[in-house]
Order: sequence, then C-alpha cells, then structure tokens
Amino acid sequence: MATLTLLQAVNDALKTAMRDDPSVVVFGEDVGPKGGVFLATEGLTKEFGANRCFDTPLSEDGIIGTGIGMALNGLKPVCEIQFQDFIFPAFDQIVSEAAKFRYRSGGQYTCPMVIRTPYGGGIRGGLYHSQSGEAYFCHTPGLKVVIPSTPHDAKGLLLASIDDPDPVLFLEPKALYRQVKGEVPEGKYKVDLSTLRTVREGRNVTVFCYGAMVPVCERAAVQAAEKGIETLIVDLRTLLPLDEEGVIEAAKQTGRVVVVHEAPRFCGFGGEISAIIAENAIEYMEAPIARVTGFDTPFPNTLEHHYMPDERRVLDAIEHVHNY
Amino acid sequence: MSTLQQVLRQDGTLVSGASPVSDARMKELFVHMVRVRVLDERMLKLQRAGRVGFVGTAKGLEAALIGSASVLRPTDWLWSGLREGGAAVMRGLPLGEYIAQMYCNSNDTAKGRQMCNHFQHKGSNYPSWSSVIGTQIPHGVGAAYAAKQRGKDEVHAIYFGDGATSSNGFHSGMNFAGVWKAPCYFVCIDNGWAISVCSKNQTAAESYADKAEAYGIPGKDVDGNDVLACHQAAKEAHELARKGQPSLIVLKTYRMLGHSSSDDPSKYRSDDEVAAWAAKDPLERFEKLLTARKLLAAGEREKLELAITAEIDAEIHVQEAAPKMALKTLVEDVYADVPLHLRKQYNAFITIAERLGHATPGDGAFPL
Repeated sequence: MATLTLLQAVNDALKTAMRDDPSVVVFGEDVGPKGGVFLATEGLTKEFGANRCFDTPLSEDGIIGTGIGMALNGLKPVCEIQFQDFIFPAFDQIVSEAAKFRYRSGGQYTCPMVIRTPYGGGIRGGLYHSQSGEAYFCHTPGLKVVIPSTPHDAKGLLLASIDDPDPVLFLEPKALYRQVKGEVPEGKYKVDLSTLRTVREGRNVTVFCYGAMVPVCERAAVQAAEKGIETLIVDLRTLLPLDEEGVIEAAKQTGRVVVVHEAPRFCGFGGEISAIIAENAIEYMEAPIARVTGFDTPFPNTLEHHYMPDERRVLDAIEHVHNY
Repeated sequence: MSTLQQVLRQDGTLVSGASPVSDARMKELFVHMVRVRVLDERMLKLQRAGRVGFVGTAKGLEAALIGSASVLRPTDWLWSGLREGGAAVMRGLPLGEYIAQMYCNSNDTAKGRQMCNHFQHKGSNYPSWSSVIGTQIPHGVGAAYAAKQRGKDEVHAIYFGDGATSSNGFHSGMNFAGVWKAPCYFVCIDNGWAISVCSKNQTAAESYADKAEAYGIPGKDVDGNDVLACHQAAKEAHELARKGQPSLIVLKTYRMLGHSSSDDPSKYRSDDEVAAWAAKDPLERFEKLLTARKLLAAGEREKLELAITAEIDAEIHVQEAAPKMALKTLVEDVYADVPLHLRKQYNAFITIAERLGHATPGDGAFPL
C-alpha cells in the first residue's frame, strides 16, 4: 500500500477508473497537458490520449452541458470545475438538467457523470477561490453530493462515484490536498456512498463534520480529551443522500451534538443535521445542538483564519454542550 | 446576411425547375406536414375543451420541421425544443405516446412528470428535454462528441428557436462544437417571435445565421416555409456534420398562433403581419407543386386530413381511459434506487393517502 496525499489519491482514482473503463473521459479547464491547476489530472493526457483527457473552452456551462450529452450517449464523463466558486454558470445544467433527466424521462434517459471540484478555504483565495457551496446542491433531488476527507476515502469514494448510475458532485477539500497523507490501496476499490465514517469513538459529545473540517475536529477532540471529554467524531462523507440512520444513531450515543462546517450557517448543512436529530432523537438530547460554521458573510481574504472554524471554536462548542 | 436559400417559390414553381427529392418522397413529406397540422389543431381543441393543459403550437412551421428532420437516419439524434414533436412523430414517436404525453397520464413514458407538450422517444433517439431555453444545445454537442469518440456514424441535429440564440447554451454549444469538430448541426427555427419578443429586440445582428461566423462554422438562412429548401439545407448540414464540420441553418418561418395555448399574440403583433404570413402558408405552397405535378388529386388533402383525424381520435379514446398514475412514481426515478429518506417520506404520505382513499393496490408502503 502506498502512502499518498489526498491529491495523489484523486489522481490515482482517475487513472484507475480510466484503465478499468475505456468510456471514462476527463475534461475541463487546463486538465490536459498541464494536468490541472492543482495537478489532480497530471499525466492523464499522456497515458490515455487527448480524446480521453482534454482541455475545454473556458465555459463551465459548456463543460457540464456537453458532459450531460456524453453521459446520455455512452461515455462516463468526469468533468472538472477548476474551483467550486466557478460552478455557478453551470448551476442550470446541474440542477435543471443532470439532476432531473432520470426523473423527467421516467427513467429512460440517465446522466451517470461526476463533477469534481475543489472547494473550501484555507489557501488565501479570497471570495472566489474559497467557498463551500454544498448546501446549494444538497437542495437538489437527483444529485449526489460527496466530500472526502482522507486519501483512502478520496480514491474509494471517487471510484464509487464514477461507477454510480446517477450524477455525483464530488467536492474536494483543497486545503487538505497536500496536507493529509495516508495509506491508499492499489487498484480498484470502492467506499460505499451514503455511509458515514466514525473517525473517533467517544461517549460524551458527538461532532458531525466533513471535508476539511475533519482534521480540525480531530485536533479539537484531542484537546477535549485532555479536559476529560471524550468526543465521537463522525465524517459524513456523503451529504446527499445522507446516512440518516447513522446520524441519528451517533447523536443518540452521546445526547450532546456539535455540527461543524465552513460554509455559512443560515440554511447550511448543519441546519439539516440539527433538524434530523430534532425530529428523530430530541428525547435523547441533553443539551441544545451547537453549530460551528463560517459567518453569514461572503468569504474574507485577510481574516479567513477567523472566518473558518478552527479547533479553538470547535473545542469551545464541545465544552459548551458537554457542560450544559 | 446570406441569401435566403429557396427551392420552391411562393407560387409553387421550382427555382431550378427540378426538385432535390423524388416525387414519391415529396408525397410522403406532404403527408407528414398535413399530420403535423392536423395534430396541432386537434390538440388545441382538446386544450380548449379542458382535456389537456397546454399546447405549444406548430402551425406555420410544418415545412421547417418536416423538411429539415426528413434527412435524419434512424441512428441520428434529434435534440428538441418546444415545437419539434411533429418531426419526432415522423421519425417514429408513436401517436399513442404523443397523446399520452399530452394527457400526462400513466401511459406516458415520462410517467406524467413533465407538463404537456414535452415529448421524448428513446427508440428514435429523441431525448427528453426541459422547458429551460437552450440547455439542449450543449447536450447535443456532447453527445456528438461521444459519437465521434466511440467511432459511431451518428449525426446530432440540435433544434431550438430564435430566442434560444441569446442563451448560454447557444454560445457554449456552438463554440464547443466548432472547437471539437463535433458531428452535429444546429437548426434554428426562426419563427420571428420568442413569446412576445420580436427578433429586432433579440439581437442587433442582421440574421441569426451571422452568429455562426464567430464560432468558425458555416451559417445560412433558409426559407423556412419551403419544405424542399429546408430538406436541402439540412441535407447539406448533415453531410458536413458527417465530415466533422458543424454548421448552423436558420429556417426563417412564422409561428401563426400564440407561443402556446396560454398566449394571446394579438397583444404584441399586428393582424397585418399575421395575414402576410398566412399568404405564405407552407402547406399551400407545397400543395400547388404537388397538384401541378399530379401527385395530389383534387380533394385528396381533405381525405387525408379526415383519415389522420380518425387515427388521432382513436388514440384519444385510448388515452382518456388510461389507468390511474401509480403513486410510487412520486419518488421513483429520482435515483436509480429509491433511497431511504424518500422511502420514509413516501411511507408517511401513503398512510394519509390510504386513509383518504386516494391509494390503489400497488401504491403501498416501501420496505424500510
């Protein structure tokens, strides 16, 4: 087993999928000979040729729109949107078309495709290279929304997404691209979508998180443990369709819940987690649910380290619900 | 602006003296055009009678639809907007499915998910389309790329109206097609009006065809009420597409009725304008040629219309008696499998539906 960064695991997954299935094509802006601005697609054009990994004109609407057409006609497109912040010209194609084709055609036409895109802050990218837009897409029936936080999951979830019969938005935490390393099996393996991962067991407080917030919560849990608080950390991994039963179970285990994401709070994914717990397990709750999130503001540049939840804010919330 | 491509003059005589298609084929095209006209009128009557909700009329567009789509082979694809249903019928969409879709009933292949007039037919490569303008344009280009990449001899004909030339999809689709040399062509049915917005308020370009130049592909204007010119232009575009050269053909015609059964066009256009186009009726023009060539006997069109009406009416009777829509279709086909949260939502709903007597056998709860 090789030790890879999350970025290398993504690249490994793409190569594995393309070797496994000749219908897989990878395209987007600068993904060809350059290998993508983060190098996620490095070496693909060289190994698989320019008709399987190629650059497109600079149009996100065109990338997703043509990707849908390819999916409808026998290819398995893996489209890259260079930054999630740039996805909105394609919002129409994703929400009105890819997500609805199966339903509106009574199952006659389907869009098995993957849209990969780096999301989130922590790279000093300002308003337009930092956003976490998962909530917009989680409000869209027909889409799947997947966010890995480890190299192992990045490869296994991406391979599962490419094999999935429905369109998958695959959000990659760019802050973790080179920050986390881990053992990654060689060849093809899949991590099932819609299954959460227990990162750390604990009996006092449950923390729900995903993507780049997972290591932040892990660090907070270490500090909490020093204060005698044992934290159960859940990495949601697939936001849509969510492992609801797993969420309810994990909430019941401690009766004290913190939800963490870097996206803005209002109508954020934490609201949905809180509502599911309130509807299904409120009688188990020993404290109000706490959310640790980005501010309800655009994403800042200079003060991004204050905008993004860090271990101190997460620890504060853990202590708050624990001592309530 | 390019010269208007024309084969059949307004008076029913041929510009070059010869037709690009055989007599037998001309007769077939005429029958298809009459079917589009009759179907349109019959659906509108159904709408006025309150039996179906919405009709996107095609009156006036028969030559553009039938002439252009008649060049497609069964393996080719037709990417559609609102008014191409008649072309789809010619290519194999069964009349029963067409009318079931108008009723949005349980016989509808789309399971009543779409509003009326949103047809599809997988068997003749006529994909489901959305009401969003222009989104099908990049789909057709991507599908054409897939055909090329997989070595399949397919051409993708991508249809849209004049209003769609202002959409994102038009720009990205035309641009990507030009760069990729995708085996497709674009058919703009320029009927003069995007609901109530006329062409001079849609673009400052002299013709929509001029836009092709910016994408490095050929574009031309065609007399859209001349079925033979539409056929010829589409045939040329089809041949170019097979060689990897996309192109745009703009079929200049006129929507004789409102945008839909819900629209009153007298609010935004003059009776004189409508009358001028009525005098250019595509069916009458073609009928003159066929009559002169003795391909159509006196009274034959009327007999044909009656026969088609009878055929449509028989299907209407069938569709009026369609069984109830299965309630489970509420949550099916969102994903390949019905996920847990949708099964739970449905089960909560069905207990109420059963109590109220809305459910029928087969509508029962999902296993959790």
